[in-house]
Amino acid sequence: MTKKHIISILLENEAGALSRVSGLFSARAYNIESLTVAPTDDASLSRMTLVTSGTEEIVEQIMKQLNKLVDVIKLVDFTDCSHIERELMLIKVQATGESRSEVKRLSDIFRGKIIDVTDTSYTIELTGKGDKLNAFLTSLSSITIFEVVRSGVIGICRGDKTLNI
Amino acid sequence: MLGDIKVELTGAEIVVQSLIEEGVEHLFGYPGGAVLHIYDALYKQDKLQHILVRHEQAATHAADGYARSTGKPGVVLVTSGPGATNAVTGIATAYMDSIPMVVITGQVPLPMIGNDAFQEVDSVGITRPIVKHNFLVKDAADIATTIKKAFYVATTGRPGPVVIDIPKDVTAHKAEFSYPREVKMRSYQPTVNGHKGNIKKAIELILTAKRPMIYTGGGVILSNASDELIAFSQTLGAPVTNTLMGLGAYPANDKQFVGMLGMHGTYEANMSMHHCDVLIAIGARFDDRVTGNLEKFCPDAKIIHVDIDPASISKNVKVDVPIVGDVKKVLSEFNGLLDGDDRRLEQSAMQDWWQQIEEWRSQDCLKYNNSMESIKPQYVVEQLHEVTQGDAFVSSDVGQHQMFAAQFYGFNKPRRWINSGGLGTMGFGLPAAMGVQFAHPDETVVCVTGEGSIQMCIQELSTCLQYGLPVKIINLNNGFLGMVRQWQEFFYEKRYASSYMESLPDFVKLAESYGHVGIRVEKAEDVRQALEDAVGKYKDRLVFIDFIIDREENVYPMIPAGAGLNEMILI
Ligand SMILES: Cc1ncc(C[n+]2csc(CCOP(=O)(O)OP(=O)(O)O)c2C)c(N)n1
Repeated sequence: MTKKHIISILLENEAGALSRVSGLFSARAYNIESLTVAPTDDASLSRMTLVTSGTEEIVEQIMKQLNKLVDVIKLVDFTDCSHIERELMLIKVQATGESRSEVKRLSDIFRGKIIDVTDTSYTIELTGKGDKLNAFLTSLSSITIFEVVRSGVIGICRGDKTLNI
Repeated sequence: MLGDIKVELTGAEIVVQSLIEEGVEHLFGYPGGAVLHIYDALYKQDKLQHILVRHEQAATHAADGYARSTGKPGVVLVTSGPGATNAVTGIATAYMDSIPMVVITGQVPLPMIGNDAFQEVDSVGITRPIVKHNFLVKDAADIATTIKKAFYVATTGRPGPVVIDIPKDVTAHKAEFSYPREVKMRSYQPTVNGHKGNIKKAIELILTAKRPMIYTGGGVILSNASDELIAFSQTLGAPVTNTLMGLGAYPANDKQFVGMLGMHGTYEANMSMHHCDVLIAIGARFDDRVTGNLEKFCPDAKIIHVDIDPASISKNVKVDVPIVGDVKKVLSEFNGLLDGDDRRLEQSAMQDWWQQIEEWRSQDCLKYNNSMESIKPQYVVEQLHEVTQGDAFVSSDVGQHQMFAAQFYGFNKPRRWINSGGLGTMGFGLPAAMGVQFAHPDETVVCVTGEGSIQMCIQELSTCLQYGLPVKIINLNNGFLGMVRQWQEFFYEKRYASSYMESLPDFVKLAESYGHVGIRVEKAEDVRQALEDAVGKYKDRLVFIDFIIDREENVYPMIPAGAGLNEMILI
């Protein structure tokens, strides 16, 4: 059975490390839904989070193949542990006439923040789990959306558990 | 020792000194603009021998043959752009068979990278999927540590090729040199000791077996674990099969050896696999050429799998007892446990099992019709075995001749069979044989090839002359791309599309024009004499024997695509 998995990876912050991971996914025909990467508090380390889906066997192979990359230090599949996941979305929508107050109202309900305003548009910032962001987009079905930017998922284990060196 | 004092050297000198510190004696390469500083540094020393090949592909195959026959990493130096792209086939070949190799590629100067400069290619990008790891060095001060890391990564864990790309200006800059004594990489720590609990579990499972089977691959050879394998197998008294990559790990002349398994393996090996109840897989990776149809693979077996690479375990076949670790260490642990235990496999069950195996063996699946009216390739390889007492290093290319060599030579020692199993690279045989001969100047080195394959790196006859390499080339000339023709005969109603070799050169004259001995053999009764001359009268010369063999001989037995190991086509 195919299931979604969020995999978080600690890797050397070196030129080419990202392409080793993305190259692995394309070479082995694994699926990637989203991928985000940035340095951590330790500038020599990058933290990458990727969302993939596959059967148990495929995800096991993905974990092993990732581990095999010389630049990869540690990784965790959040499916195996209780965790917090977040995604950031920036969305620019038409805000004229009646829709102006409607957008504001919906944004408040979803605890979004309007971070930029023009005569005709609002730009809203929203964070949460992917399904919350999707629900917000659905709620805007009668509104004209100009642009949507999503960061991809990041995550962290709950409690004292850490992914660290 | 340079390692102790700090001296200022150019990047090029650092490259050369670092290789010397690593104990490298042979460097296979080809010069060009981006590596001229390095060549100049090579010129000024005499510890490291550079071997000038005739094509960069051959440099990588030669280094590969060197590595396979010695266990030491092969080392290559090529220029940027076309030098690097020519090396790609050899790097991929080494990668697929987990061969330790360090390849230094020149690169355009740092400020020009990305500008489509003359002879620029993204070597790190191109080689990324076919290396264990690669590096771009941006500072002369990093060269020594990078080389240290490269050798460490290439030779530890599951070995493999590592590429170091060095821009030309970096080889001109000066830096302080001291060669690091050790290397630690927080992101790279291969597991070598097998899990104790699983090792015990494996032994318990093995001791319950009524029909055990030992299946071993290239990992046993890479880990130098032949002695441990022999001890383990003989304590158990179980049948042993080797993969194409694993031949020689267990002596072919021992009665417990049931031959190679897989597509062109023996009937007894494949049937024993299919019917076993406990399969002990060691340093093998359940390749599709070995398993046949996965759904029909070893239906009754509990499987133990020992491998250094966790990603090889349960990749194609789900296993019951996984053991990640160095094969040599795990086998020693197995042997230790068995030595301290008086339980053995149940005797009566083993008698039945061997009786069954002998029945399969009596099919004599490798028999061929040796009429002596034409030269049979199998006959040539059998004669070669006799003339060389089964003790030669044998490289091969890819095709029918490769399978005949694997089936009929009978390897009794590891690291004697040098072949491109994973990538199946035609053109590998001759340059690989060169690398073997450099490592073993006094041994007999044979290249069993076909008229198609040999032409893919034939230019290396020139290298062989330059360095006086007395390689014996056994050209099994059927006038066809034989393996392709065999598939077309079986599966395409004999439509021989582009598998016929027209306009072949006169190989005897060709060999002679390169300064070697050429012999053509057209009659079966002349086979023996030609082989004896090659290792006797012409011992110190390269001898190219062009055997005009039966044109349409096929490789049997064979497992057709989609079939299980118990569904072999016998002759
Ligand atoms: C570089 C490369 N190209 C193509 C192939 C596909 N291939 C596999 S076997 C074979 C025929 C080899 O012919 P030959 O060397 O004459 O050997 P024979 O099978 O006749 O013994 C070919 C073309 C390959 N393995 N390698």
